[in-house]
Amino acid sequence: MTEKVLMKGNEAIAEAAIRAGCRHYFGYPITPQTEIAAYMAKRMPKIGGTFLQAESEIAAINMVYGVSAAGKRVMTSSSSPGISLKGEGLSYLAGADLPAVIVNAQRGGPGLGGIQPSQSDYFQATRGGGHGDYHMIVLAPASVQEMAELTIRGFELADEYRMTAMILADGTTGQMMEPVSFDFEVKEPPAKPWATTGTKMARPHNIVNSLYLVPEELEQGNLDRYARYELIKEKEAKAEMYLTDDAEIVIAAFGIAARVSRNAVDEARANGIKAGLIRPITVWPFPDKAFKSVLPHTKAVLSVELSMGQMIEDVLLAVNGQAPVTLVNRVGGMIPSPEQVYQAIVEAAKKGGN
Amino acid sequence: MKREFLFSGFGGQGLLFSGKVLAYKGLIEDKNVSWLPSYGPEMRGGTASCGVIISDEPVGAPIVLHPDVLVAMNLPSLDRYEPAVKPGGLILVDSSLIGRKVERTDVSVLYVPATRLADENGTSTLANMVLVGRLLAELGEYNEETVDTALQKCVSARHQDLLELNRKMMEIGKNYEE
Repeated sequence: MTEKVLMKGNEAIAEAAIRAGCRHYFGYPITPQTEIAAYMAKRMPKIGGTFLQAESEIAAINMVYGVSAAGKRVMTSSSSPGISLKGEGLSYLAGADLPAVIVNAQRGGPGLGGIQPSQSDYFQATRGGGHGDYHMIVLAPASVQEMAELTIRGFELADEYRMTAMILADGTTGQMMEPVSFDFEVKEPPAKPWATTGTKMARPHNIVNSLYLVPEELEQGNLDRYARYELIKEKEAKAEMYLTDDAEIVIAAFGIAARVSRNAVDEARANGIKAGLIRPITVWPFPDKAFKSVLPHTKAVLSVELSMGQMIEDVLLAVNGQAPVTLVNRVGGMIPSPEQVYQAIVEAAKKGGN
Repeated sequence: MKREFLFSGFGGQGLLFSGKVLAYKGLIEDKNVSWLPSYGPEMRGGTASCGVIISDEPVGAPIVLHPDVLVAMNLPSLDRYEPAVKPGGLILVDSSLIGRKVERTDVSVLYVPATRLADENGTSTLANMVLVGRLLAELGEYNEETVDTALQKCVSARHQDLLELNRKMMEIGKNYEE
């Protein structure tokens, strides 16, 4: 086993990207994710890679488009307002079926908002982020170890399905340090026969494009993409189940909210309340089956979020009226405390779920 | 067992660094650890803090709201966090920088003139390490070997010349008696 090191979540993302074979990073500084760019700036020149601080977020995402079209693994990162700026590029990447990894270390919004952690870009991330019908694979790490693992997984999934994978982190998970080990296998990227690598006069031109003026062609592209999405929903949805086997009060929470909720579940259990936690690791595709599996014994579901209630819509769809679903939240850069979540569990248990 | 630490003071006093040394020591001793710095607007106001959790079990929330141990290196930090310390907890006060006494009676308190001690022994900027030394000694956790490895991990290559001084400051803290 390789040695564990203490690293910030943001640094772990950068190191994992390098280990995944990413040699091209483009970004523009914004708190609270600047450590990613700083790490890349230090490392990329030493390993023959490219670090480039673009003139803007929009420039950076279009550089990502270019490198991806050329068949190489590529990443950019930003925080909420910067991700909005990248929205156009995300849509173009989807329209051209290009793989890439995008990191969002979320901060409070809307607008410039603040610099403290948030999860209020959930809608933006899980519904696509830009215009048009499309999705990104959205991975939600809750620890520094997972920041590393899911970044590598993000590159693999992006290549496999030819789409963008977003690491939906937040200010806290990006800034915190925890032990991390990089002791895992990285799959070789698949062949990319569609990449614009030069014909060498031996094959027809490859064209990477998101403009399809013939409606039938554009429709077909959408249908093909959504057929792929169905496959992804079937195969790639993931959640961690914590003490859910007999849980009557089930918490749904991802990322930092799940870390807080875990404390609350432990306290509830210590006080005789059968509480459990479903932690979505992929938020798109959403792990519907995880929720369906606990419904027979679940009396109430609490959606714990750093937003005004975004993931709760997916939870409601998954639970489908079989149990009441209540929001437990803080916003604006605030994090719900374990006490707040615990009190909500106690309340829900008192009501017997009704 | 789980212990939550909060280091708080002015930016530049090395609070984040001392937290990191503590966390690394935990990591080397095979504990679960987390380290979370403040990076928000309070930092712009001159106060820096970081929360460290060292636990036998996996760490849930990495946020330290009610520390078992508070290390306060300026008055605003003591004012702000004294009420948050768990009953039965421990407060370390840099008594060369903070004039007042701790008001709570349900916690243990150590007054260490860390900045003065560090100043007399080479550099006032390593007062943080005097406090960490004193803290570990008080908890019975001053393990020379793991402390030393943790320091080597945390002192950057650029500052290797300061490794010995860091070590010395921790020992001064360890041996300090009121």
